[in-house]
Amino acid sequence: MSISVKEASGITTDRSTPDYLDQLEAEAIYIMREVAGQFERPALLFSGGKDSITLVHLAQKAFAPGKIPFPLVHVDTGHNFIEAIEYRDELAEKIGAKLVVRYVEDTIKAKGLKEQTGKNASRNWLQTFTLLDTIEEFEFDACIGGARRDEEKARAKERIFSFRDEFGQWDPKRQRPELWNLFNGRIQKGENVRVFPISNWTELDVWAYLKREGIALPSIYFAHERELILRDGKLLNNTPVIAPDPEDQIVRRQVRFRTVGDMTCTAAVESHAATLDEVIAEIAISRISERGETRIDDQQTEAAMEDRKKGGYF
Amino acid sequence: MDLLRFITAGSVDDGKSTLIGRLLYDTKNILADQMEAIERASKTRNAGEIDLALLTDGLRSEREQGITIDVAYKYFQTPNRKFISIDAPGHIQYTRNMVTGASNADLAIILVDARHGVVEQTRRHSLIASMLGIPHVIMAINKMDLVGNSEDRFLEIAKNYTELAEKLNIKDLTIIPVSALNGDNIVDKSESMSWYTGETLLSVLETVNVLKDQNQEDGRFAVQYVIRPQTEELHDYRGYAGRVQSGTFKKGDLVKILPSEQESKIAKIEFGGNEIEEASVLQSVTILLEDDIDISRGDSIVSLNNSPIVSQDIEALVCWMDDRKTLKPGSKYVLQHGTARSRCSVRDIEYQIDINSYEKLDEVESLKLNDVARIILRTANPIAYDPYQKNRANGAAILIDETSNVTVGACMIE
Ligand SMILES: Nc1nc2c(ncn2[C@@H]2O[C@H](COP(=O)(O)OP(=O)(O)O)[C@@H](O)[C@H]2O)c(=O)[nH]1
Ligand SMILES: [Mg+2]
Repeated sequence: MSISVKEASGITTDRSTPDYLDQLEAEAIYIMREVAGQFERPALLFSGGKDSITLVHLAQKAFAPGKIPFPLVHVDTGHNFIEAIEYRDELAEKIGAKLVVRYVEDTIKAKGLKEQTGKNASRNWLQTFTLLDTIEEFEFDACIGGARRDEEKARAKERIFSFRDEFGQWDPKRQRPELWNLFNGRIQKGENVRVFPISNWTELDVWAYLKREGIALPSIYFAHERELILRDGKLLNNTPVIAPDPEDQIVRRQVRFRTVGDMTCTAAVESHAATLDEVIAEIAISRISERGETRIDDQQTEAAMEDRKKGGYF
Repeated sequence: MDLLRFITAGSVDDGKSTLIGRLLYDTKNILADQMEAIERASKTRNAGEIDLALLTDGLRSEREQGITIDVAYKYFQTPNRKFISIDAPGHIQYTRNMVTGASNADLAIILVDARHGVVEQTRRHSLIASMLGIPHVIMAINKMDLVGNSEDRFLEIAKNYTELAEKLNIKDLTIIPVSALNGDNIVDKSESMSWYTGETLLSVLETVNVLKDQNQEDGRFAVQYVIRPQTEELHDYRGYAGRVQSGTFKKGDLVKILPSEQESKIAKIEFGGNEIEEASVLQSVTILLEDDIDISRGDSIVSLNNSPIVSQDIEALVCWMDDRKTLKPGSKYVLQHGTARSRCSVRDIEYQIDINSYEKLDEVESLKLNDVARIILRTANPIAYDPYQKNRANGAAILIDETSNVTVGACMIE
């Protein structure tokens, strides 16, 4: 198979299937198997987004012809795209995986948590409570996630086996040394390890892999027409979960989503790319990073992600 | 296209982070919004020019203090290769993070400041690079702009470093005069150092041959997990999931299981549920054997006619990484080697290696954070290993503290 990728320099090159994808795949499968071998109750955090879809595919390959030996877990904020939720349910059903869904809405009610209000309010921070409760409920000792180091500067610093204390906290100054491929998953009861098998993948690697493996994606990743809120130069899905602002403009545009997080903090990009090839070509020449283009939540302070992670966020 | 992992090492302020920033910048791998963010941050920190080091210093305390605390991974590509760059901290106290980054590297760029030449951290990091068996080393003599781009100064430092490298196990060394700040000899050839006729840093990174660094001879496979679907149609299926550490495996190969020493034959190799012909280094596959024998996680499948050493007595070089407790003879740890874990105790510290002179220090009673030494271990169960310098994948091990569960030592078995 041959893909045509536009280099940053603007030169288009044709290459045969690059073996770096095989290397990244082998590494990710190795990590998944380490999780299954070292932990008693692991879980795979699955949101219906492209990174976690990649994880599920890798897990299937890692344990074939057996089933994935751990459940898929989704923390549903209630603000997810319906297309992603449908995809989530269908995939779990199709591969016969156990799916656990826990709702931020329930945590808010049970704990009497206060939601953010006003413009750009999101449940991003509240998800952490639900996640930690879910970990406690099922006594998960490892949670596999689809975070990548190229996404964000605090993530660029994180280990593949990322140790969390009994409060779910990440301490960036005391990370365990992580040598060779010898992952140390030893923990005390109540502690937890977050595991990131695609740490070393870039956004483009994920797209190239999805294409190579012929993996289907939720439709919102491809160009389609939809009604959107134009706010501060960004296009947000027009949905009642986004509190209106007097300056908002409602528009109809041809768009696709580059990441699929909460509707409240994931912006669409204008695009006509209707196939994986077209999406890959657009991303390869894009001069803006994935999070920079589409995430509202990271732009609030310089260390927004680091602070969330210290508090137990993914 | 293949992948190269490299690390930048050297003392604080020698320009490691700037060098990675420069590589990304000159290969057009910094995106517009990331550039804006570091421009903004540069201004608030009153540096006149943009500070490319901010690209990798991602933690709040790193930005506040202007230092690198933990390794940062950055990804970029040129038309010829994909790169994983690993920016390491220079401070002695964070050496264990440097070791973390270096353990998987194919190549190390060790920087010095041309004004200061070889300093203690240069020696320490070179020793670590050599112990870890990093196959290729680039000595980047940086900040040439601050010594008037002097060829004499370059030759002087190059001579000092070559002498140092001769005492170590550095197989492939390239020395390049650079200015990370101005971009001289990083991606583009320097105009201010026309006397230098060698390659630029990027051209070495793009062309160094990493395929031949892999051990293709010794068939080694550590079992990670046993796949047993136990469904009706796959009732008797038993697949051993793992990654080929070195060598290759094919259907029909005669193999031995260690440590039990049982023999068998490969019935089938699978990848993602499909049969494949052979599996080579670093591939994650599933091996099925002809005989029904008891194998579990921690066992190794190896070529029948080419065995590793199986022993409970292990001698190893160790980098000690615990800042809370020292290593002493008699101390007990968990040794993790491949997928096997075994309790072990330290029999003896044979000698410590002096970081500056590389001399052996005898009669050392204990090791503290960042000490490097040769130790003798006795394991509770036999370990099937190869010497590290012959086989990186099967000669590496870590020591884990039994109570805190922290990784406290990096071992290179001899
Ligand atoms: N004049 C000059 N300054 C440099 C050069 N490379 C780095 N620096 C400066 O040296 C300081 C330390 O650089 P940094 O990359 O943070 O060093 P690190 O601690 O090794 O990561 C910064 O102020 C850089 O701007 C160079 O080639 N020439
Ligand atoms: Mg630095």
